[in-house]
Amino acid sequence: MKKNLIQDSGFFILFLCMLTTLIFLGLIIYFISVRGLKVISWEFLTQGPRMGMTQGGIAPAILGTVYLTLGAVLFALPLGLACAIYLCEYSPKGFTVNLIKMGINNLAGVPSVVFGLFGLAVFVKFFGFGVSILSGSLTLGIVILPLIISASQEALLAVPQSIREASLSLGATKWATIKNIVLPTALPGILTGIILSIGRAAGETAPILFTAAAFYTRGYPRSIFSEVMALPYHIYALMTEGTHPDQQTAIAYGSSLILLFLVLLISAAAIFIRQRQKNIHG
Amino acid sequence: MDSKVKIKAEGVNFFYARSQALKDINLDIYENQVTAIIGPSGCGKSTFIRLLNRMNELLPHTNITGRISLDGRDIFEDSVDAVQIRKRVGMVFQKPNPFPKSIFENISYGIKVNGIKDKTFIEEKVEASLKKAALWQEVRDRLSDSALKLSGGQQQRLCIARCLAVESEVILFDEPCASLDPISTAKIEELITELKKDYTIVIVTHNMQQAARVSDYTAFFLMGELIEFGRTQDIFTAPKDKRTEDYITGRFG
Repeated sequence: MKKNLIQDSGFFILFLCMLTTLIFLGLIIYFISVRGLKVISWEFLTQGPRMGMTQGGIAPAILGTVYLTLGAVLFALPLGLACAIYLCEYSPKGFTVNLIKMGINNLAGVPSVVFGLFGLAVFVKFFGFGVSILSGSLTLGIVILPLIISASQEALLAVPQSIREASLSLGATKWATIKNIVLPTALPGILTGIILSIGRAAGETAPILFTAAAFYTRGYPRSIFSEVMALPYHIYALMTEGTHPDQQTAIAYGSSLILLFLVLLISAAAIFIRQRQKNIHG
Repeated sequence: MDSKVKIKAEGVNFFYARSQALKDINLDIYENQVTAIIGPSGCGKSTFIRLLNRMNELLPHTNITGRISLDGRDIFEDSVDAVQIRKRVGMVFQKPNPFPKSIFENISYGIKVNGIKDKTFIEEKVEASLKKAALWQEVRDRLSDSALKLSGGQQQRLCIARCLAVESEVILFDEPCASLDPISTAKIEELITELKKDYTIVIVTHNMQQAARVSDYTAFFLMGELIEFGRTQDIFTAPKDKRTEDYITGRFG
């Protein structure tokens, strides 16, 4: 009896912890929605800001965030995946590889504002890309690179050795085995990494602060060398600058809601693809 | 000894890091015969057959000395490509290991990676291989289903069919029935007997009745050494070595 009591109370505590987490998630969505929903309208989604940020919409910021996130993933995904494949499948195991892995993990721990300064020094100034979509995407790409590498590595390591052996035993080369067996099997895990990194890239403010973001642009960006507005920075600017705090706060909440929705949308798409892959590959 | 030697091991030593797993193995494997390798766990029997298709070299810190030849040619020569050896010497593993793909793709994979693209040829080959592995009747209507939905016994026959599709000359079975029920085991044994018409077969097994049932020759391994090798009949009825007799009669192992 006593054993059961201990077990039951243990389960109850675990349940409470789970519930607390859920409550916080609910609260976030509730507050952002309550405060943000009232400014949301067709105009809010499709037009630029007017009257010193107190009216109009946030369309350029939405578009800017989409561009920056897409750019970051386009840059970091091939690089990160290739790096993970090399580390898992090709590199000789030992001291050097452990050192590289440690380096990558440390990269994940670097504060994002430091990446922002790095981006300013290297992409904006040294390469001369200026404050632009390109500089911002590359900087964000470096921020999410460790995420993509470690998620891909874990997904590759989770592929059972037995099916690699099966492929090799049929006379497949190592590369054919990786391409046809290992990568497809690891794909759901890799997609999870991409989902996480998309959320991260869309929400980061510091890395784009000096490299891409503009307080206000007239119209939409013309090329990858244009400055852009972006949702996280727009929210930051609305809350810290300007002369009409009341109206601006409402717009900031509206923008947050859109940012939240955008990340959820992209995640949902990725989860959908992952699920389909899982069904096909067992 | 009547038939031709397909694989010849001469003075083979094998090391994992510093520990020696195989000691001076000399063994002939005859063409179109079933050779069983028996012995207690850890005696080196799996290690030995994984040398025959150069699978062990995937592991780090291993070392081999001596010579293994396939049709008279050393398989460890520098000019020999391990991929070519594995094409000729197929393997069925201890646990069924189908790819997480459809039944059809599992079989066609080996044909495709070996450079064949002709669709009708592949389709015919898949059907023929599944028939040979006695699985066709059970899966003909669901070739596009995931192979992981099959039962353990069916998965193992699928792995055999996959191996048959690449037209190898030798098939290595590494305890193929270890995780299967008696009925599936009986089917696989029947299959092995059927396959020896076209293939040279080496089977590692823990099950002595199985060795007695399916094999023509038996090799008894103990602690990395080959203790005795001969016709299965002789090994089981009149073993020359005391240790072989003890093992076969169940006194240890």
